[in-house]
Amino acid sequence: MNSVVGTPMDRVDGAAKVTGQARYAADYPQEGLLHASVVSSTIARGRVVKVNSEKALQVPGVVAVLDHTNRPHVSSYDDDYSDDDAAEGSPFRPLFNDRVLYSSQPLALVIADTLELARYAGSLVTIEYSQQAHQSDLLAALQQTHEAPAETPEPRGDFAGHFAGADAKVDVTYLTANEHHNPMEPHASTVCYQADGSLVIHDKTQGTQNCQEYLHNIFGLPKDKLRVKAAFVGGAFGSGLRPQYQLPLAVMAALHLKRSVRLTLTRQQMFTFGYRPRTQQRLRLGVDKRGALVAIGHDAIGQTSRFEDFTEHLVEWSGMLYQCDNVALSYRLAPLDVYTPLDMRAPGAGSGVLALECAMDELASAAGLDPVELRKRNFASHNGNEGKPYSSKELLACYEQGAERFGWARRQATPGSMRDGNQRIGWGMAGGVWEAMQMKASAKASLDSTGHLTVSSATTDIGTGTYTVMTQIAADAAGIDVGKVTFKLGDSSLPTAPLQGGSFTVSSVGSAVRQACLTLRERLIERARQQRPDLASEADTAFTLENGQVKAGKHSVPLAELLAVDPQQCLEVQVEANPDDKRKPYSTATHSAVFVEVQVDDDLGTVRVTRVVSAVAAGRVVNPKTARSQILGGVVWGVGMALHEESQTDHALGRILNHNLAEYHVPVNADIGDIDVIFVEEDDRVVNALGSKGVGEIGVVGVAAAVANAIYHATGKRVREFPITLDKLI
Amino acid sequence: MTATPDQGALQRPLQMTINGEHKTLTVHPWTTLLDLLREQLDLAGTKKGCDHGQCGACTVLRDGKRINACLTLAVMCEGAELVTIEGLADGDRLHPMQQAFITQDAFQCGYCTPGQICSAVGLANEGRAHNRDDIRELMSGNLCRCGAYSNIVAAVEEALPLIKGARP
Ligand code: FES
Ligand code: FES
Repeated sequence: MNSVVGTPMDRVDGAAKVTGQARYAADYPQEGLLHASVVSSTIARGRVVKVNSEKALQVPGVVAVLDHTNRPHVSSYDDDYSDDDAAEGSPFRPLFNDRVLYSSQPLALVIADTLELARYAGSLVTIEYSQQAHQSDLLAALQQTHEAPAETPEPRGDFAGHFAGADAKVDVTYLTANEHHNPMEPHASTVCYQADGSLVIHDKTQGTQNCQEYLHNIFGLPKDKLRVKAAFVGGAFGSGLRPQYQLPLAVMAALHLKRSVRLTLTRQQMFTFGYRPRTQQRLRLGVDKRGALVAIGHDAIGQTSRFEDFTEHLVEWSGMLYQCDNVALSYRLAPLDVYTPLDMRAPGAGSGVLALECAMDELASAAGLDPVELRKRNFASHNGNEGKPYSSKELLACYEQGAERFGWARRQATPGSMRDGNQRIGWGMAGGVWEAMQMKASAKASLDSTGHLTVSSATTDIGTGTYTVMTQIAADAAGIDVGKVTFKLGDSSLPTAPLQGGSFTVSSVGSAVRQACLTLRERLIERARQQRPDLASEADTAFTLENGQVKAGKHSVPLAELLAVDPQQCLEVQVEANPDDKRKPYSTATHSAVFVEVQVDDDLGTVRVTRVVSAVAAGRVVNPKTARSQILGGVVWGVGMALHEESQTDHALGRILNHNLAEYHVPVNADIGDIDVIFVEEDDRVVNALGSKGVGEIGVVGVAAAVANAIYHATGKRVREFPITLDKLI
Repeated sequence: MTATPDQGALQRPLQMTINGEHKTLTVHPWTTLLDLLREQLDLAGTKKGCDHGQCGACTVLRDGKRINACLTLAVMCEGAELVTIEGLADGDRLHPMQQAFITQDAFQCGYCTPGQICSAVGLANEGRAHNRDDIRELMSGNLCRCGAYSNIVAAVEEALPLIKGARP
């Protein structure tokens, strides 16, 4: 049978998505469903003195108003609110007590017969506060920082000495902005209250079991009375890694009323929980006469909340992307009266590599080197942080193939030297890196007597193509036509899977799916040989399963006969896949080289990204079509980070001002020019049996830096505060 | 609206055709077309991304023209012919725009997709898009956070010649 892994297959869930049949968390109708609406705090710090809900309760059709004084019982232990992606500290507990920890915190929940009534009644709820002074500005809190509880690599060599003696150097500081995930689907939970008091919940999440565990812990409900589903997730990008507050609130309402309840957050409320945190990052880089890095210093300060210490991999990249013996990294946090930040697509690398790769561009200028040449000279085949070789790292091929496709050789080095009418043209580039992790994961494969294979795991598909690539992996491993394979996901009752994030789903769940299907095939062959001695001498590879017949050479046996002994005539295999020990002596990572062309209008300062080439080394690509889409999306995110995205805070109120999609700019179609994606050949026998590293994050990393570097090349202006809006260019 | 309106008395009759089916409905004057579709008619294929006319996820076709269902009160649709994402395919045969979206992988999570497709069909009806730049500009009312824009342009480019003049 021809292998389907590696072929650009259309999405198996494509038809459901283009016909409107794919149902997301808020799309499930329920008999007698109630609708809830959140009332949010208008102060950033203090206490609730009183929630006045009488007027709301007088509205016919309003069923209840919950606040911290009348909500159902919940746990009071921090540990119970923890989850698989929790930060260190005391997780936020909605409606727990009278404390106000940030502006727009949920303080009351109105439940009514219809959505309009719930929302209207919410506007009638008034809250009395006792207010305290707050701080929401990172730049005002730079003196009140503490070391981040992250495993920041120890300094190596003598950074200070070598930086002082470097032949060319830069000492530059960058500011990145708070950014909100803003998946197109707002966070929502539909809680279906069952006759036996159990709950079936359609939630927007990247981890159904994470949510199940969380609810079990805080409400004390047995797990078999809690089933969390997420068949389709309308984007998440990290926003669904932790259970968000709509989930416990909707469950509170359902338990309180013993009814089914839906809570969908408004777009405005999508700005009231996790986000990519604002950072200040100082980069000090020095090279010797040959352009070899002799010193790398990366000192970062990120914002966090007062209740949790959010950390991400912010500075590590500076110690691992390039070869350098003298490295000093530091990472500190500034607590503010804001919500805790949250992993957001390429967390840490998004902002950290942005700073590193802009500084590398500045260093190339200072050393009089071409930016690609500087990077090639400092290529690292070892991860200096871990002292281990990379299992594979085709980054040099990324530089070469990307530069070739882009036409980099025709670049005029002097900034401002390329133009087209009143448009200044700039060509910039940057490198990217992301880790290639693998987590423990389980999968079940089940073959029925008609020859249909159903494979399942409790992972999710947030648009990444999980349904499709798992179907491909399963078909290949089992040796069954891809049209006869169904993959199930998004249900806490399925075999255990990690959160979907960090680009490790193919590596983790894919490995489990592959193993389950390989084992299933082995068992089937074993049985065929036992039952039919004429098949005994056939090689494993000779066996095929077609039209309900197991065949090898000239012989065949009906599948139904082989499965006659199984319960429901179904052969089932469940496995747990763990990262191979083979990985231990190695560092594993994906890499990229991104080349960008911008046009900057001389008079208006408007920037257009006209062309992007992204060359990616991510091991074996399971589905070039969906993988390419991941990279395309990543590029769009990078453009947004460079030019558009910023959650602006009114520090006087401690509140986000532009909390809607008209004022928080995400790139629109017309903002995006031509994007060319190259997957560089990369053979990796270590990372996992599939040789595949995952592509969800790598597409973002490096893009914003390449855009910023292109803007410098176009204009000669270094803007070190992101996003680079036109006011900073004119 | 006062605190205690008589909900029932305020209901209005409404007649319209949805996906080829004639409907006689009763709606509140404040109910948007989007909430009517999603909450009362179980036509949940039309999505709510913002409820403010800022994202395009709720795009449907009213008398062949693309509109934001979140900015349209249901009562404004009296006598209208409405087509939503559920009504584009001809039985099992996908509309050419739907097929092109699959072939070009013009979506990831799929949440913006019903709006994108309805918007693209509306664009075809307008007959205004002549090249890729036109498509980019005229499809910019539909946000896609997954960033499928390049593939959306490719899909619309592929399907446009197949559906010109053929109003669904
Ligand atoms: S939901 Fe209507 S435009 Fe966003
Ligand atoms: S496909 Fe996810 S928002 Fe467009």
